[in-house]
Amino acid sequence: MNTADLITYLKSTNLGRILKDYPIAGDFLANFRLEAISKVLPLPQALEEVEDETLAEFGLDTYGLLQEFCMFLENFTRVEESTGRVSSLTILGGFNKMKEPESVELTIAAGEVISVVGPTGSGKSRLLSDIECLAQRDTPTARQILINGIAPDDLRRFEMGGKLVAQLSQNMNFVMDLTVREFLEMHAKSRLTGNAAEIVEKCFLSANELAGEKFTLDTKLTQLSGGQSRALMIADTANMSNSPVILIDEIENAGIDRRQAIKILAKSEKIIFVSTHDPLLALRANKRIIMKNGGISKVIRTSAAEGKSLAAIEQIDNTLQELRNRLRNGEIITEELLK
Amino acid sequence: MKLVTVAGPPSSGKTSVILKLIECMDLEKGSIGVVKFDCLTSFDKLSYQEAGVPVQIGFSGKFCPDHYYVSNIEDAVQWGLASEFEMLITESAGLCNRCSPYINGILAICVIDNLSGINTPRKIGPLLRFADIVVITKGDIVSQAEREVFAFNVKQVNSSARLIFVNGITGQGTFMLSKYLRQARDILTLKDLKLRFTTPAAVCSYCTGETRIGEKYQMGMLKKLEFKGV
Ligand SMILES: Nc1nc2c(ncn2[C@@H]2O[C@H](COP(=O)(O)OP(=O)(O)OP(=O)(O)O)[C@@H](O)[C@H]2O)c(=O)[nH]1
Ligand SMILES: Nc1ncnc2c1ncn2[C@@H]1O[C@H](COP(=O)(O)OP(=O)(O)O)[C@@H](O)[C@H]1O
Ligand SMILES: [Mg+2]
Ligand SMILES: [Mg+2]
Ligand SMILES: [Zn+2]
Ligand SMILES: [Zn+2]
Repeated sequence: MNTADLITYLKSTNLGRILKDYPIAGDFLANFRLEAISKVLPLPQALEEVEDETLAEFGLDTYGLLQEFCMFLENFTRVEESTGRVSSLTILGGFNKMKEPESVELTIAAGEVISVVGPTGSGKSRLLSDIECLAQRDTPTARQILINGIAPDDLRRFEMGGKLVAQLSQNMNFVMDLTVREFLEMHAKSRLTGNAAEIVEKCFLSANELAGEKFTLDTKLTQLSGGQSRALMIADTANMSNSPVILIDEIENAGIDRRQAIKILAKSEKIIFVSTHDPLLALRANKRIIMKNGGISKVIRTSAAEGKSLAAIEQIDNTLQELRNRLRNGEIITEELLK
Repeated sequence: MKLVTVAGPPSSGKTSVILKLIECMDLEKGSIGVVKFDCLTSFDKLSYQEAGVPVQIGFSGKFCPDHYYVSNIEDAVQWGLASEFEMLITESAGLCNRCSPYINGILAICVIDNLSGINTPRKIGPLLRFADIVVITKGDIVSQAEREVFAFNVKQVNSSARLIFVNGITGQGTFMLSKYLRQARDILTLKDLKLRFTTPAAVCSYCTGETRIGEKYQMGMLKKLEFKGV
């Protein structure tokens, strides 16, 4: 529907019908304190029963509200073209803290996992924020980021603002007082996709696959353990977030199945950066970036040999996991278990 | 001189964002000044002074903060011009969810934080609705999903604003914000420009010092809450 058609529709259709066609319209009415308005009349007639003052408090009259309503529905029914498809991201080197050039040109394809390693202060976070703001040689590092091989202009950078990158870190918590179900439904609603129930279910199942201990859809977010929260965040980011790039900052000690986590994330066809000290995560990645003195000092492709040692590391990790589970269940630890 | 108005609920991160922004603009020290409008107390003066930012603080005290703001903003501009600032930033705390210290043609930034509750954007009204840029802070401590739902709720109220996520502690995100600031309009005066939204009407007897409670002391513009039987 174009704007004129939409206005005609809003003028001539009962609110009840409009709410059926566009459930999100309920939010609009609530935002202007009009939840109780008559639903058997079209908006202009229904508004006649509302005190003028209510609208005036929002700086609106009947016509103004109608226009706002129209704009609101146009905004929230437009198919989210948001960021467009990101099939590759390229990092062109700048300078490290000693002003020495970083001689890298690294292109990462959708579905690839890149780990970022290096001591504290080596510039890991700086690299991640260069990616987030699509640096164009205009940040302190003078790096440049290309999307699909092209340097985004300022307009594109602004448009992508906040939508390009989803972030996950150890410090993040849920602050909403909702159950897991309510939370997932709320997030699904904000994405305006039709298949909410299905995607809620999918998130819930994959979160439980990651979590050491299971939780239910009726568990309160605030009652989730650290590991369960992290598991839910990862599953949610993988399945629901629209952002084509995910930045993960040190999630190693979270009490979740990290291998499974990387798998779920990689399956989502996103570009994933994991800043980590965990060998299991670092070697799971296709490539790893080594940071030193604020610069990218090396990029190492995970070799076949490293892939092999990954199996051995996994075994060690499995053993540790097994020990953790036994401890949790009140069992006795014996030397036998370490063999 | 460029003028930028920054407003937002108490403790949403306005000062943190402004300080990081000034750092990011990388202009000569002292060429960006700040005027803080507040109600009773503020600890912002110290923060700005520590960072070497020239600052002036005004307390509305017993006056309506919004009226106080409008009646002093032109003087603030003249102070900024006299001090030869390249840019003047006003910081005002949204004190009643009803204020919106934005002026037509002057870059208006609203700062709100992810911790304030998922539905807050839908409650704060003109402060958010009339801003050109909405800065969302404290994203570092909530989940990605909450950030997305929060942003969605901001768009419900102000669909035309640019949203920028800023971490007030590390400054991440201020870079994009600084790009907008560079485009802010140069002004010599605000005379004859208009507020984007009316300030609260405030001419009742309590505005003028009345403290006694009861019908017979209530005069002037009043709004009565209607209580319905249960
Ligand atoms: N974690 C986190 N804390 C932040 C962020 N931004 C600001 N803060 C903290 O929030 C608190 C309030 O920040 P201020 O910048 O003083 O907020 P304000 O809006 O200027 O406050 P008033 O002027 O008093 O209304 C401070 O302790 C900041 O360190 C952020 O992005 N993340
Ligand atoms: N190439 C660079 N040039 C200038 N400053 C840099 C560079 N890389 C990093 N920095 C600065 O060094 C500091 C530490 O970097 P940070 O990214 O926080 O390290 P890490 O996340 O690895 O602990 C930050 O203040 C950052 O802005
Ligand atoms: Mg870091
Ligand atoms: Mg402040
Ligand atoms: Zn106010
Ligand atoms: Zn009064």
